[in-house]
Amino acid sequence: MLYTRTSLHTPFAIRDKFFHLDYTLLFSILLLGIISIFAQFSSSGGQFDYFSKSHAIRFCVFFILFLAVSFVNIRFWNDYSLLIFISLILLLIAVKFFGVQSQGSRRWINLFVFNLQPSELMKIGIILFLSNYYHKISSGDVNKFRYLLYPVIAMLVPFMLVLTQPDLGTAILILLSGLVVTWLAGVRWKIFAYLTLLAIAVAPIAISFLKPYQKSRILTFLNPDSDPLGAGYQIIQSKIAIGSGGLFGKGFLNGSQAYLNFLPEKHTDFIFTLYSEEFGFLGSAFMIFLYFMITYRIIVIGNTTRSIFGKLYCYGFSTAFFIYVAINMSMVLGLLPIVGAPLPILSYGGSSMLAMMFGLGIVMSCNVYKNNAIG
Amino acid sequence: MLSFHSSNIVSKTKTIGRRMFLLSTIKAVVVVGIFGRLASLQINDSRKYTSLADKNRFRETKIAPPRGIIEDYFGNEIASNNKIYQLHIVPDSTPNIDVLLVRLKSIINLSDKRLFLLKKQIARKKSWDTTIISDNLTWSEFSRINLFLHELQGAQPIVSVARHYNDNSSAHAIGYVSEISPRDLRTKKYLQDIKIEGVAIGKTGLESSLDEQMLGSPGYLRYEVNAYGKKVKQVAMNDGLKGKTFRTTLDQSIQNVATEALKNVSGAVCVMDIYNGDIISMVSSPNFDPNSFVHGVDKDEWKKLTENRDKPMLNKAVSGLYPPGSTIKTLTALSALENDIVSPRLFVECKGYTDLHGERFHCWKKKGHGVLGMRSAIKKSCDVYFYEVARRLGIDRLAATAKKFGLGQKVLTNFKEEKAGTVPDTKWKLNQIGKNWYIGETLHSGIGQGYFLSTPIQLCLMTAQLANGGFKIKPRIVVNDKKKVNSLQEYVDYKKENPNSTAVDLARFNFNLQPLFRNQENINFVKDAMFAASNEPGGTSYGSRYDNKKFMFAGKTGSSQIKRFTAEQREAETKQSEIAYLERDHAWFVAFAPVKDPKYAISVLVEHGGSGSSAAAPVAKKVIKKVIERHKIRVAQANQKESQET
Repeated sequence: MLYTRTSLHTPFAIRDKFFHLDYTLLFSILLLGIISIFAQFSSSGGQFDYFSKSHAIRFCVFFILFLAVSFVNIRFWNDYSLLIFISLILLLIAVKFFGVQSQGSRRWINLFVFNLQPSELMKIGIILFLSNYYHKISSGDVNKFRYLLYPVIAMLVPFMLVLTQPDLGTAILILLSGLVVTWLAGVRWKIFAYLTLLAIAVAPIAISFLKPYQKSRILTFLNPDSDPLGAGYQIIQSKIAIGSGGLFGKGFLNGSQAYLNFLPEKHTDFIFTLYSEEFGFLGSAFMIFLYFMITYRIIVIGNTTRSIFGKLYCYGFSTAFFIYVAINMSMVLGLLPIVGAPLPILSYGGSSMLAMMFGLGIVMSCNVYKNNAIG
Repeated sequence: MLSFHSSNIVSKTKTIGRRMFLLSTIKAVVVVGIFGRLASLQINDSRKYTSLADKNRFRETKIAPPRGIIEDYFGNEIASNNKIYQLHIVPDSTPNIDVLLVRLKSIINLSDKRLFLLKKQIARKKSWDTTIISDNLTWSEFSRINLFLHELQGAQPIVSVARHYNDNSSAHAIGYVSEISPRDLRTKKYLQDIKIEGVAIGKTGLESSLDEQMLGSPGYLRYEVNAYGKKVKQVAMNDGLKGKTFRTTLDQSIQNVATEALKNVSGAVCVMDIYNGDIISMVSSPNFDPNSFVHGVDKDEWKKLTENRDKPMLNKAVSGLYPPGSTIKTLTALSALENDIVSPRLFVECKGYTDLHGERFHCWKKKGHGVLGMRSAIKKSCDVYFYEVARRLGIDRLAATAKKFGLGQKVLTNFKEEKAGTVPDTKWKLNQIGKNWYIGETLHSGIGQGYFLSTPIQLCLMTAQLANGGFKIKPRIVVNDKKKVNSLQEYVDYKKENPNSTAVDLARFNFNLQPLFRNQENINFVKDAMFAASNEPGGTSYGSRYDNKKFMFAGKTGSSQIKRFTAEQREAETKQSEIAYLERDHAWFVAFAPVKDPKYAISVLVEHGGSGSSAAAPVAKKVIKKVIERHKIRVAQANQKESQET
């Protein structure tokens, strides 16, 4: 390890803060970011066009933001988490009225510099809020009905707001992130069991509210060959791309499936497919290893941090991060239906990257200020 | 407060830690699952997905290989490939397709109807696909397009090759090529890999039977295409293999003479080498221009061809079926002699008719020939004499001889349109018509009427096999790659040097020949009778004889009745030229030449020509002269080829 664990006092000087960064995590993120720039470059057909350029710039900007967030005292993030959460709710409501519409859904707010997608930020916001909430209440109150009410509302409100954008994928991810923190905080098994039963009971009704394209996605997932030129096209082409990559891959900029546009959404949801086609099984395994490293380091930071807020946040974030990665990869590998979930850091998308780097920044802040007690 | 908090923190930390451990376990399982899936796709099924990816990205355009050439015996090209000028357009590379088409219309000959069809065709295709606007531009059109090319963006003048036939004389034997039809695709297996736009395939004649070998193997251009099907770049190219060139046994100059001789009549001429069966000439008249099919024949022309009374599309030499008429008398006589039914010294009196069971059978000569023997009967083609011979011989024996000499079966394997004809016998009638044979039909068959049907090539083969001394030969029209051992010719040469050897023994044991006779004297007798018919006064074709020994031939006329004369017509001695064209007899003439040391056999048919002596024999006379004149050159060519091969 590059830093010492012996320092027990709160670091204040910038130099000390650098000293307390988790460099394994930092370099994993940096490496992933660099790979992502190359992947986006390849996705643009081997040139620095609008997509690859803005992705590179964003990563640089957000990496600085990540460092900046990690140098802010963890106490600050604890104190302001409710405020952040409420602002995000307001933003989600604002999207309903002033949002930018694209391809049938209203998800973005025009910030002139770029279009912000508050639902992406909400993935972190809900973890932040619930960590803070369970940090505050005593362990005995966790399973009391009154104390269950707030988390449920806090999860359902953004869930419904995002679902009606409509954006099923992100809505589910927000809900899952929230549930993870709730569960980690000690909410009883029974309650989750009831919730699951309730979800099963409600599912048929919920399905009837699904948009036709969402239904067809689920059906296609169950049998992708039923409609190879329609909804099943993406899954089939993604599997062809990954499978044809083989052990060593086709080589950088040589992914024929991506280069010749057989691959859909190659900048965003299917960026892993492109990477996997060009770098093969070994490259993909290395990337999974990087994601594993990041998740693992976050858990280690959670283990060493002393505050409940810090622990809940780190565990929650690491699990959510893992879920995003797992869902995206399972999706492109044909293990899950196409739900529209980006791969953290690698996928093109400002809001998603902002949310991830911001979230990682708070994790790093936990590490820098791990010995700070929070009131 | 701190203590409360610390106990709270401890219990919370415990719960969180326990649950996080559980979560981590689940995560591990998920990671293993993803890894497994990745390995299964990229390691286990990698080959399958690689081929799927290649299937996605590669498209092949096949390139038509140049078609094989058909040559005559001397290497003159009968069917060759010519440069043609085409105009292609790619809608993608033109700013306005409609403007371009209008502009093209002012430069080249494009009808409004064609323009309409082209527009429909272009609309159906992808915008980057090539459309052939015209596949056969004249040179002046082509040069005009090149002149204005700078204002015709998207138009591509292309130089390509297409079939070209140098003249029409071999139109039937060679056949023609044309576009592939859906029916061809269904019936011809070999076309499945050669389905290329613009490729023409053989439809009739040798073009059809040698099609598979003459097509060659197609080349290809392999392109990488993107998901929308647009060509990205050319990856590989292969020119393919040129089709095989075939040399035929035909002689172009004899083809021309035969065509000229049949000018203005409908009929056919076949000439055959009597020793090796090479078909020197095969002509059917009237002919057609095979070039007009290469780029698609137009409707009016097709209609004209198919509705013509004289059926120009029919290869009469192999597909025309006619009763052999009196030409069969050679076989009737031979069969009777071979079966020891009669001797040449059988004398019959011809009164112009004979009666049998109350039915009257007429001779062509109303007054009758008087008393004559077999030689005179053949020479004068007396019907009554052969009624008597046939009556004694019986149909089944006659049929057996006729079949032995090649009637009633296909002569060549190269023509799918060839007809087998009919050699009737008692069994055949029972099977085909379901009735018993009666004796009157035997009489008709004895002079080649009735159920008998034969093609000119069959009668040519029959004559050749008589002329060569009665040995079976296998006719051919395509020179095979394998060197042919000409044992019959060797045998004839040997016999000339050793006149005292026993023919049959030598034939069987030394030369592996198939004699068609029991006693060769009988064959020689028939040949001599044919000589008489052509070269002795009173012979049926005496008028067409050559006095020059070099060209002298021996032949037999024939006429096949279309409609029986009525009693009134017979009484009035109606001439053939006085009755309706379609009711006139077909005229036949078969011959071999030269008389001394024969080398070639010929058969001539003139549809509705009236009589063999007046219509068919003069045609044969012209052709025979040319054939004999060409003999030395042909032998030289054969020897040269042989020495080249050894």
